[in-house]
Amino acid sequence: MRVTFTVNGRRQEADDVWEGESLLYLLRERLGLPGSKNACEQGECGSCTVRLDGAPVCACLVAAGQVEGREVVTVEGLADHSRERSEGGRTTGARGTSLDEARTWQAGPTGVGPGSHAADSLTGGGTELSPIQQAFIDAGAVQCGFCTPGLLVTADELLERNASPSDADIREALSGNLCRCTGYETILDAVRLAAARGGTAKAGEGA
Amino acid sequence: MGVVRTPTNLTQGSGTRGGVGESTLRPDGTLKVTGEFAYASDMWHDDMLWGFTLRSPHAHARILSIDTAQALRTPGVHAVMTHDDLRFETRYGLEYQDTPVLADAVVRHHGEPVALVAADHPETARRAAAKIKVDYEPLPLVIDEETATAPDAPLLHPHRDDHHKDHVPHPNIVHRQPIVRGDVEAAKARADVIVTGEYEVGMQDQAFLGPESGLAVPAEDGGVDLYIATQWLHADLRQIAPVLGLPEEKVRMTLSGVGGAFGGREDLSMQVHACLLALHTGKPVKIVYNRFESFFGHVHRHPAKLHYEHGATRDGRITHMKCRIVLDGGAYASSSPAVVGNASSLSVGPYVIDNVEIEALALYTNNPPCGAMRGFGAVQACFAYEAQMDRLAAELDMDPVGFRQINAMSQGAVMPTGQVVDSPAPVAELLRRVKAMPMPPERQWLCAGSGADVRALPGGLSNTTHGEGVVRGVGYAVGIKNVGFSEGFDDYSTARVRLEVINGEPVAVVHTAMAEVGQGGVTVHAQIARTELGVTQVTIHPADTQVGSAGSTSASRQTYVTGGAVKHTCEAVRERVLELGRAKFGSYHPAWATAELLLEGGKVVTDAGEVLTGLVDVLEGECVDVEREWRHRPTQAFDLVTGQGDGHVQYSFAAHRAVVEVDTELGLVKVVELACAQDVGKQLNPLSVVGQIQGATTQGLGLAVMEEIVVSEEAKVRNPSFTDYLIPTILDTPTIPVDVLELADEHAPYGLRGVGEAPTLSSTPAVVAAIRAATGLPLGRVPVRPEHLTGT
Repeated sequence: MRVTFTVNGRRQEADDVWEGESLLYLLRERLGLPGSKNACEQGECGSCTVRLDGAPVCACLVAAGQVEGREVVTVEGLADHSRERSEGGRTTGARGTSLDEARTWQAGPTGVGPGSHAADSLTGGGTELSPIQQAFIDAGAVQCGFCTPGLLVTADELLERNASPSDADIREALSGNLCRCTGYETILDAVRLAAARGGTAKAGEGA
Repeated sequence: MGVVRTPTNLTQGSGTRGGVGESTLRPDGTLKVTGEFAYASDMWHDDMLWGFTLRSPHAHARILSIDTAQALRTPGVHAVMTHDDLRFETRYGLEYQDTPVLADAVVRHHGEPVALVAADHPETARRAAAKIKVDYEPLPLVIDEETATAPDAPLLHPHRDDHHKDHVPHPNIVHRQPIVRGDVEAAKARADVIVTGEYEVGMQDQAFLGPESGLAVPAEDGGVDLYIATQWLHADLRQIAPVLGLPEEKVRMTLSGVGGAFGGREDLSMQVHACLLALHTGKPVKIVYNRFESFFGHVHRHPAKLHYEHGATRDGRITHMKCRIVLDGGAYASSSPAVVGNASSLSVGPYVIDNVEIEALALYTNNPPCGAMRGFGAVQACFAYEAQMDRLAAELDMDPVGFRQINAMSQGAVMPTGQVVDSPAPVAELLRRVKAMPMPPERQWLCAGSGADVRALPGGLSNTTHGEGVVRGVGYAVGIKNVGFSEGFDDYSTARVRLEVINGEPVAVVHTAMAEVGQGGVTVHAQIARTELGVTQVTIHPADTQVGSAGSTSASRQTYVTGGAVKHTCEAVRERVLELGRAKFGSYHPAWATAELLLEGGKVVTDAGEVLTGLVDVLEGECVDVEREWRHRPTQAFDLVTGQGDGHVQYSFAAHRAVVEVDTELGLVKVVELACAQDVGKQLNPLSVVGQIQGATTQGLGLAVMEEIVVSEEAKVRNPSFTDYLIPTILDTPTIPVDVLELADEHAPYGLRGVGEAPTLSSTPAVVAAIRAATGLPLGRVPVRPEHLTGT
């Protein structure tokens, strides 16, 4: 069958798709978008999480044919997605709050003030990243990185609907994404960091 | 966080940004957060085929016949291969060459590879494999020590020819290592209390997230290029080439992205299979295991049964220890002999006990093969000896931490093997620090005015309690792990470093075969090059077999050994640079001949800080390119009768305090906090060190309360999925405060101590000790399940 849908803002067409194929296979093997990962292929690990018409889903559990005419955002499109969102009224706030400040940051009305800049990464200069992507690097939330794409999509969606999540909110939102390397502490740090930086950026907007 | 002590003599190169000791960020970080980092399962090639492996449904059976005709006729199928298609070496193995590439007449465990299919779509390959008809005749099972060593036990490897076969008490015992020291009977007579215990550790899985994968591309010269996720490229190469009948230089291996390892990629999985199919079909072949197959595709942590006896005097001094550790190695040897060496030599724990009788052994059975997993034989022992410590303390009515501190080893202590611990061993201090950390507040789940936040309670969002029946417990544990390969193994690594000027700036290129599996070796190598060569720009060359072996990314050894090789090679590069400088500029300044010279901030400087010239001027038109091997101090084999010998090069220590809350009615456990204190000698990258400690701690938590591969009485794996094999989620994982101590080991590069494994050891017994404290139950087995707590 033929499947036509929008991926990361671009219309895509795939021919000769077998009825049993998943959205994950379609993305990885037919469209050259291997960022969504294949850790369990049964909806338990979250490493293949993508946005389907805005909702976070496991791409391995979505049949390819189900995405006909719909919109998908993958980790490869996260920076663009974030920029488009910010152009709708928010700044990305990718820098501006140090990790130490973020660790002491609390949810609620008492956001942190403008802080020192995060350490230079000595890496990756020139690539535009979304705030959550930059925060994962800065917080040390990436080790092997296989869970990272799914966690980024999930965490980005959390921050989109809840700009000031508590630790319990973060844990609940990310509970469908397994990580075997980090023990999750640096992942919590990263989400707090992205939230704190977003909070800093929005402080002047009265958000 | 506690005070961090930094040895003052390790700050060389501080004039260069991004050097040793800084939390520089990963060079692969941007690629990993944008989805562009190419893992083994992301490899793709024009005209590529997909490989699939048919596996045995039986744990022990004779293969009477295999009919591949129908599979071969399936449209889209390019090849089907069985044992009969192997033309060269047919077995491989890390230590013993006992593992068939494809089953030869007999299958010895559930999931053993029997046949291979290559097809143009993965589903076609899978369906074709289902059409292969294999006629099996089931054979009697060997599943435990009793069935393995019975007089009429079936021998799993009747023709074994390994180096341990002549001293094992039974052919179904892979290896046995006794250790005897002192006079146990005399010491026992002095003991005021004696505590004996039986303990059991379930089969844990590494559960790395990136399943086994690789792409083999046949080459025009008759060789093959393999892109692969592994822990040790050259060990794979040594095993692959003979099966293909190729010289090693015709099997060119490149490390692809590796989605975690934890020991599970030390043995071969699909490497040889993909190469065989590629050479057979003349097409590139990719094999990607799914999670189900991954559970059959790699070895697991040895399940163990442990018997311990300790005695102590009233003043809290341990008189003696006797133990017997039986590890189930499963159908093939893998790294079982080395795991036995670790289990025996570390069975005493980080304590001074002068009188010991120790026996550790691994069995051949029809259970899944077991081998390397983070902690490697030391995990099982630590669970048992730490339970014993708590019981001894209780018998003596002493504080469990205080009792441990009385018996804790320190630098200069003698191991049961006779080895003197010749670098810091701050066991009592680690316990003091972890105990001194602030306790998490009680009843954190109470919400102001609105009852309980169930997310912080046992049972979580299942909403099983609002605090009724919930009891808190606190437990402590400490462990000892060796660093590096032991028992006389020639544990070396190789680095090639090139220094040249690119676009007017000095740039170092570091090339090793080290498998970056997530641990951050690539980050640290760049830091070492910056510190040693005084440059900012460092490029990490992809790891491949075009450079010498780096050894395995395991045994907490890569920063020590390959980091040591990078440092050693950089020093050689620096000497060549200074020679060039002396030849060019020596006559202009006397310091070139008289002063100690350093490379810092892109310049040659004297130890007094005077700048002599820029690196760019020294290197102009030249490229310095050096490859060197580096090895740590040699170790010795353990005596096969007494267990004596300086078997380990370095020891690593971590301590944990666990705080748990248990719903005593339902048997549900919530780990509230898991604090860790660890001595790491010297932090090369503090952010990465903490990441290793927290990750290792969480895997220990998993073993304590959830992780176990369940094997049936028919020796079949019952739960090969993430639905049924549970690893900790972010909701299961508590806050993990970390206190890092830095007491330099003068024998190691920069004073560092391997980090990655020690916290896996002590995490598990600390959690279980806390559950015992909450429930009063003895709990001799991990993982602890709800029914163990409720008695139902």
